[in-house]
Amino acid sequence: MDFHFKEKSILPGFGLSLGVTVFSLSLIVLLPLSALLLRSSQAGVSGFIETLSQPRVLAAFKVTFSSALQAALINVVLGIVVAWFLVRGRFPLKRLVDALVDLPFAMPTAVSGIALTALFAPNAPLGGFLAQHGFPVAFTPRGITLAMIFVGLPFVIRNVQPALADLSRDLEEAANSLGATRFQTLTRVVLPLLLPSILSGFTLAFSRALGEYGSVVFIAGNLPFKTEIVSLLIITKLESFDVTGATVLAVSLLTLSFVSLFLINLLQARTAKYFGN
Amino acid sequence: MKAEHSITRSSFVENAILTIAALLIVGTLILLPLLVILHAAFQEGFKVWLASVTDPDALSAIWLTLGVTAIVVPLNTLFGIATAWTIAKFRFKGRTLLLSLVDLPFAVSPVIAGLIFVLIFGRQGWFGEELIERGIKIIFGFPGIVLATLFVTFPFVARELIPLMTEQGSEEEQAALSLGATGWQTFFKITLPNIKWGLLYGIILCNARAMGEFGAVSVVSGHIRGETTTLPLHVEVLYNEYHFTAAFACASLMAGLALVTLVIKTIVEMRSNEQF
Repeated sequence: MDFHFKEKSILPGFGLSLGVTVFSLSLIVLLPLSALLLRSSQAGVSGFIETLSQPRVLAAFKVTFSSALQAALINVVLGIVVAWFLVRGRFPLKRLVDALVDLPFAMPTAVSGIALTALFAPNAPLGGFLAQHGFPVAFTPRGITLAMIFVGLPFVIRNVQPALADLSRDLEEAANSLGATRFQTLTRVVLPLLLPSILSGFTLAFSRALGEYGSVVFIAGNLPFKTEIVSLLIITKLESFDVTGATVLAVSLLTLSFVSLFLINLLQARTAKYFGN
Repeated sequence: MKAEHSITRSSFVENAILTIAALLIVGTLILLPLLVILHAAFQEGFKVWLASVTDPDALSAIWLTLGVTAIVVPLNTLFGIATAWTIAKFRFKGRTLLLSLVDLPFAVSPVIAGLIFVLIFGRQGWFGEELIERGIKIIFGFPGIVLATLFVTFPFVARELIPLMTEQGSEEEQAALSLGATGWQTFFKITLPNIKWGLLYGIILCNARAMGEFGAVSVVSGHIRGETTTLPLHVEVLYNEYHFTAAFACASLMAGLALVTLVIKTIVEMRSNEQF
C-alpha cells in the first residue's frame, strides 16, 4: 500500500475491509451485471434493432417513460408542499405525518400495488367516484402514474425537507424588507435556492419510477400497447424463452435510466454554478 | 394589518391551507392505502385472517421468506460495515468510484436484478447446461432467490453508515489506538457503539426490503407453490386467484413489518438527535 494508492492513516484494517468490499461487490453486483452487458453484446446491433423496432416494445417504452416523467413532475409539486408543511407548518401531529412519509420505502411493492388497486379500482368507493366523473384511474395509464407517484413521493420530500430546514430566514426577511411580496419571495428567493435539492429528488423519483414493477403491475391492467410497462415486457419475453429480447430490453431500460440521470446531473451542476453554491 | 408577526411566519390562514393540502396528499396517497390493507384483511373477521396466515402455503411462504432473510441480512450487514469502514475512514484512489458502484443496485430495476441471475444460472445461461447435468438448481430454487435478494439489498447498510461514519471522523479511534488498543478492540469498543443506531436502522431497512422484495424474486423464483413462493409472491398468487381476503391478510403481515420499520426509524432519529 505504499505506492500513494492511499493517504497515510494510523487506522488499521484498510486491506481487510477493502478486500471484503471489493470481493462482495464484485461477486454480488458487478459480475452479474457484466453478464447482462456480455449477453446483450451477443445480440449485436441487428438484435437490438429487431427487438426495439417491435411496435409493442416501442409502446411499452413510451408508456413507461411518459408515466415516469409525469409522476416525477407531480411528485415535485406534491413533495414541496409536504416538505414545506413538515418544516414550516404548525400542526400537533406533525411528527406522525413525518414518520408516515417513509411508508412507501418500507412497504413491499406488491403490497402497495394491491392496496392502490383496491383503492382506485372502478368498484371501490374512491375509484368508482373518480370513474363516474370521467377520471378512471386503475387499469388505465393514470393507474401507472399513480403507482409511480406513490413510490417516488418520499424521494422529493426527503431531499427538499433538509434543504428547506437549513435555509436561512434572513434572506426571506431581506427580500421582504426590500418590498417583495410573499409570493415574489417564494418564487424568486426560496424556490431557486431549493432547486438543487428539488432536482435531485426529481431525479431519484424518476429513476425509481422507470424501473418500478411491483406496485405498478397490479393497477396497470397490463394491456399490450396501452398499459404494459417495460419491466413487465422483460418478464413476458423471458417466459416465452426470448432471452435475447429480454436482455436487449433490460440494457435499453438501464441505458435510458443512466442517460436521464446523467443529463439531470449535468443540469444540476449548471444550476448550482448559476446560483453560486 | 395592525400587529405584524415576524415577517416570515405564515398567517393562521396560510398555515391552515398548507396543513390541509399536506394532510390531503399524505392521507390519500399513503395513509389510505395502509388502511385499505388492514380493512380488507380483517373484513371477514379475525378467524378468517388467522386461517389465511396459517394456511400451509402461507406458512411455507413465511418460512421461506424468513430463511432468505436470515442469510441475506447478516451477509449484507457484514459487507455494509466493511464498505462503510473503507469508504468513510480512508482516503484512497478510486474511492468515489467505489462509492457510486456500491449504490448501483438502487439504479437497477428489480426485474433486471432478477434477469441477470437468469442469464448466468438459467437454462440458457452461462452455467445452465453444467448445472442441469449435475442436478443443481439455482434459478427456480432457493439459491436464486437468495442471490437476487442479496443484489437488491446490497447498498442499504453501507448507505446508512457512510455519511454517519464520515461525519464522526476517526479521532476517537486514533486516540484508542495510541493508548494501546488493538484494531478489533477499537472497532468493538469505539466504532460500534458510535454507529449502533445508524447500523440498526440500516439493518432494519435491509430486512424490510429483503422480506418484501418482489420484482427480482419474481423473475428467479418460478412460483412453485409451497416451494419457491416467498410471502410477497404468495400475496400475488392469492390476489390473481381472486382470494382477496387471504391476499390482504398476508399483505397485512408485511404492512405490519413496514410500520415496525417506521417506528424504529423514528426512535433511532430521536436517539441520534439527543446525542447532539
